[in-house]
Amino acid sequence: MPAIVTKGLTKKFGDLVAVDRIDIEIEEGELFGLLGPNGAGKTTFIHMLSTILPPTEGTAEVAGFDIRQSADSVRAAIGIVFQDPSLDSRLTGRENLDFHGRMYGLTKEQRDERINKVLELVGLKDRADSLVETYSSGMKRRLEMARGLMHRPEILFLDEPTLGLDAQTRRSIWEYIRMLNDVENVTIILTTHYIEEADYLCDRVAIIDYGKIIALGKPEALKDELKGDIVSLKVGEPEKYLEVLKGNELVEDGKIVDGLLHLRVGNGEEAIPKLIEVVRGRGDQVYAANLRRPTLEDVFIHYTGRVIREEAPESIARLRARFWGRR
Amino acid sequence: MTAQAIYVLWLRDMKWFLRAKARVISSVVTPFLWLAIIGVGLNSAFARPGFNYLEFMAPGIVGMTLLFSSTMSGISVIWDKQFGFMKEILVAPVSRIHIMIGKVLGGMTTAMLQGALLLLAIGLFKVIGLVDIRTPGAAQLLQIVVFMILISVSFVSIGLALASVIEDPVAFPVVTNFLIMPIFFLSGALYPIGQIPGYSQIGTLPGWLSSLAHLNPLTYGVDGLRGAVLGASSFPILLDLAVLAVFSLTMVLLGGYLFRKISA
Repeated sequence: MPAIVTKGLTKKFGDLVAVDRIDIEIEEGELFGLLGPNGAGKTTFIHMLSTILPPTEGTAEVAGFDIRQSADSVRAAIGIVFQDPSLDSRLTGRENLDFHGRMYGLTKEQRDERINKVLELVGLKDRADSLVETYSSGMKRRLEMARGLMHRPEILFLDEPTLGLDAQTRRSIWEYIRMLNDVENVTIILTTHYIEEADYLCDRVAIIDYGKIIALGKPEALKDELKGDIVSLKVGEPEKYLEVLKGNELVEDGKIVDGLLHLRVGNGEEAIPKLIEVVRGRGDQVYAANLRRPTLEDVFIHYTGRVIREEAPESIARLRARFWGRR
Repeated sequence: MTAQAIYVLWLRDMKWFLRAKARVISSVVTPFLWLAIIGVGLNSAFARPGFNYLEFMAPGIVGMTLLFSSTMSGISVIWDKQFGFMKEILVAPVSRIHIMIGKVLGGMTTAMLQGALLLLAIGLFKVIGLVDIRTPGAAQLLQIVVFMILISVSFVSIGLALASVIEDPVAFPVVTNFLIMPIFFLSGALYPIGQIPGYSQIGTLPGWLSSLAHLNPLTYGVDGLRGAVLGASSFPILLDLAVLAVFSLTMVLLGGYLFRKISA
């Protein structure tokens, strides 16, 4: 049985379509990533799956339960770590876990056993009885993940689990996420707008933009679909040379992203000098050149013509619309 | 499972209350100052044979404490929304109505603890001879507890209803003060709103003031408490009880209705 099946799942906030008829299947035990820019609909998507938001159209089965018909059964079967902090900082770590255990109806023995287990998993045992307000941001994140696992959910949602954390803490959180997926045998669905996070952690990645899934597969497979290498060139008139170089036999595809020429070529090392020659042959100059193996970012660029990280004014407007739409 | 959830919501309110030392102290000291300074001071001015202002006012200050503490308890919901903890509560497999019950019990208990401490202070006044009230028997104690519960439940529900629709932690005390100040002033806590049979004769209030006081549900709560403490009340105790019970039930339903729509 798949952990999650969505059927035409859609959410509209007024005129804005935040999630647009998504159909996917996520397997049990998978570490599944939703990668996309801010405002792409990732959070809305998992809020629907966790029954926080009702869908406008379509539905989904989560752990075998329909999110519309059996919201309570869905809630008991999932754990969720929200994008923003959601701990009670005036309680201790242990008290936060105890609160959660009781809300999910665990008995005293179950709570004691699980609290010790999950504290150990996330390495917070020796700080369990300190107030959460004394924790670092990485510790808070770990405590939230531990809390999400308290009631042995079949599925754990992590919404931007490393947002706002420094690079070192991010790495350590990644290791915890992998280990929890492994040790607790829980299906994990995480959202992220960090390319490396999706690439490094996830068994499969769905790339999402404007509420639609535009690509889905193993990170390696997605990158392999873009055969060859990516060459970026900085030139004076990118529009002109996009036309010129697209006609070149070496170039399979080209786009302008952030004022740079992004060219997909078969063999980057050999193509760079030839491409530079073409530009110079027309009396212009190449100011900078870069060669790399395709990343998930390039997959995103391939399908959308934009980079994930850019905070397009458009996407901020979408966020704002969503914010007000929710009131 | 449900009882467990209600219990832990209540337990959390208790921990919050006991850990906020400043709040505990101020919640006890403020009403005590009302009694010890305003009460004693005004008593010197207004005392007449057979009328001790301090003992008249004491049950009113208990009512005030319950009113303020109960209504303000809604702020915890606003903070939970601000700090994200409300999401943790709402995503649990616990229905809104049970969450509301847990919050009502938590707010009620903290308000009643404060009311009880104040009653002890009044007992102390009796011991040192400032007031001359009877020592309450079991029936009076029961009456006090029942009225304290009804007053607390009503106003905690109002606080939760307001907290369900207000997002801003700064706006909440402003709105609630705007609401509870007139309720307090018009409740007969500070001055008699009419004749008290079996108690001293008192002048009559202007008609508008008397009418407003009669429309105020807290009037009946204070009257019921006063009946238990002094043995004299403006209305029959059963009337007080009936009005307050209907009001309580209405407010719980209103609070429950608005709380159902709460979103983190």
